Amino acid sequence: MFRIIKRTEISKKNSVAIRGVSIVLALIVSGLFIMVLSLNPLEVYKSMIDGAFGNDYRVFETLRKAIPLCITALGIAVAFKMQFWNIGAEGQLMMGACFATYFALFHSAMPKPLLLTVMIIAGMAGGCIWALIPALFKAKWGTNETIVTLMMNYVAIKFITFLQYGPWKDPNALGFPKIASFPKNAILPDFLGLHIGWVFAVILVVLIYMFMKHTKIGFETAVLGESEKTAIYAGMNIKKIIIIAMLLGGGLAGLSGMIQASAVSNTLSVSMAVGTGYTAIIVAWLSGLSAPIIAVVSILFAALLEGGSFIQTAYGIPESAALILQSMILFFVLGSEFFVRYKLVRKNNTASPDVSKAKAQGLATAKEVK
Amino acid sequence: MDAVISFLAAAIVAGTPLLFATLGEIITEKSGNLNLGVEGMMLMGAVTGFGVGLSTGNPILAIISAAIAGGIGGLVFAFLTISLRANQVVTGLTLTIFGTGFASFVGKSFVGAMSPESIRLFFRPIDIPVLGSIPFIGPIFFRQDAFVYLSYITVIALGLYLYNTSKGLNLRAIGENPGAADAASININLYKYLHILLGGALAGLGGAYLSLVYIPAWQEGVTAGRGWIAVALVIFAVWNPYKAIIGAYVFGGLDILGFRLQGTNIQISQYLLSMLPYLVTIGVLVAISMRKSKRNSPPKGLGIPYFREER
Repeated sequence: MFRIIKRTEISKKNSVAIRGVSIVLALIVSGLFIMVLSLNPLEVYKSMIDGAFGNDYRVFETLRKAIPLCITALGIAVAFKMQFWNIGAEGQLMMGACFATYFALFHSAMPKPLLLTVMIIAGMAGGCIWALIPALFKAKWGTNETIVTLMMNYVAIKFITFLQYGPWKDPNALGFPKIASFPKNAILPDFLGLHIGWVFAVILVVLIYMFMKHTKIGFETAVLGESEKTAIYAGMNIKKIIIIAMLLGGGLAGLSGMIQASAVSNTLSVSMAVGTGYTAIIVAWLSGLSAPIIAVVSILFAALLEGGSFIQTAYGIPESAALILQSMILFFVLGSEFFVRYKLVRKNNTASPDVSKAKAQGLATAKEVK
Repeated sequence: MDAVISFLAAAIVAGTPLLFATLGEIITEKSGNLNLGVEGMMLMGAVTGFGVGLSTGNPILAIISAAIAGGIGGLVFAFLTISLRANQVVTGLTLTIFGTGFASFVGKSFVGAMSPESIRLFFRPIDIPVLGSIPFIGPIFFRQDAFVYLSYITVIALGLYLYNTSKGLNLRAIGENPGAADAASININLYKYLHILLGGALAGLGGAYLSLVYIPAWQEGVTAGRGWIAVALVIFAVWNPYKAIIGAYVFGGLDILGFRLQGTNIQISQYLLSMLPYLVTIGVLVAISMRKSKRNSPPKGLGIPYFREER
């Protein structure tokens, strides 16, 4: 009926069009869920946009949500580029926050710029260490990184729960299990109305873009991702590439965690682990692992989350609707990848024109001979 | 001694949802597909089973609907990754997000509701006549509810299927080397579809056990990450249904250990204890990859999509 042929190239216009159609389809299907609640989907979608960008405060909230997504997604993109399925961003993020918190809580006497710098380094170190462990296992013994990174997420969360309910529990919190709020010294300053994290995000987008496109290691990462055999043949040091890419991924996730802890929640808490690490995976993937697109998509995703919260209060639509919308969009985009990479050709049950012609000639000749 | 017996019996109950989900994912992975959507499929089964159970009060309808819901989740995954050649990791993660959202959305109206009387009654512990009287083992294994007995049957059925039938052999071949299986005229796509679907159905059953029997009420996030543990348990069980029992019950026991220890003098933080399942899994994974034994390795074609033209 249909034959599947791989496309040799596809015009930018076509690929954007296909993606666009898939998103529209996703909105329609999610709209059905909304209609089940006897609400008008168009109205709801409009409110979501309003909730995310409607006024200055909301725009800042959306950006605030976008920053950790962006930074973490950048790190994940680097890992994914070499087909190292790092699902552990959530844990790396939390451990980064954890390491930074140690300094915020116990060394807060330092002057602010020094303390913040130390916290940033600590945050990145925490993420790096957490990412290094699965990276080493993979490099040394070929251990499946997907599951190990996933398990590390849980270990991280349990560990922080342990700290929160145990050694780091705030004695001033009247028995409520929480970690003390950071002293003013340990909180990142604002810049142009939003915490300085956004500056980091912008700088990192540029840096990662240059890393992937213009450095040797960035190139090697891409080659490794395309084909391990090619990389080996070209004499690349696979183990080194894996470790460096993971250090980047972990470091960025850890930085993201530190920023969240310092600038947003002003403390360390298990409840910070709201799946940012997992959402960032989706952001990275949807952006085709490209740094500048990650920046845009993180804002869009943050808008989705922010808008989702808004319609929860405005319409009583459960927050889970945003999750359904998110996953619908993803399903359809995942499916549309197929149409970008392949084209369907209707199978002909007749012979090709040349064969038909030759056949006709042959029959004619045969008739003559008779 | 009694305390030990009751603890072990409770460990089985706690481990049963894990067992179903693990068995499902074993089948899926044996077919060469890594479906990270187990948590999502469990939740879909949990909410559907609970919803149907709540409105009909019929336990059989409830668990069938749960299996179907999980199966639909599996079907979506299969369609995307097999027919549309999408990336397995991302698709699985998306399925989890969808399942979570779906369960939360649908379950909104019955948060806090208890599993109906008729269903809880149906799934009360039943003592099996002769087996239940075996000292020590009897009270642990054979005084459980019908759902648990179903899990025993499933383990044996899957084990026999995988290792003692030719279809099971075909399945294992597909997972190890799809190219060879294809050359042997095995219909790769059909096997993958069927087994991913079955895997989803089993995950759905695991979820239903949670909402209908274990808790037994509907709450947000009723699976609490068990789907992810199941993915790890598949490795712990080295892709063997019989060994899945060990993993599931050990982790079930670890699950309830925290509570049990609270009353005693043993002073290990329950949070550190709760890390154990995950640390152990990492340990097992590393040990396996270090040993690289043929019997105990993942299906070689795991996670790698098979497309005939791209050989």
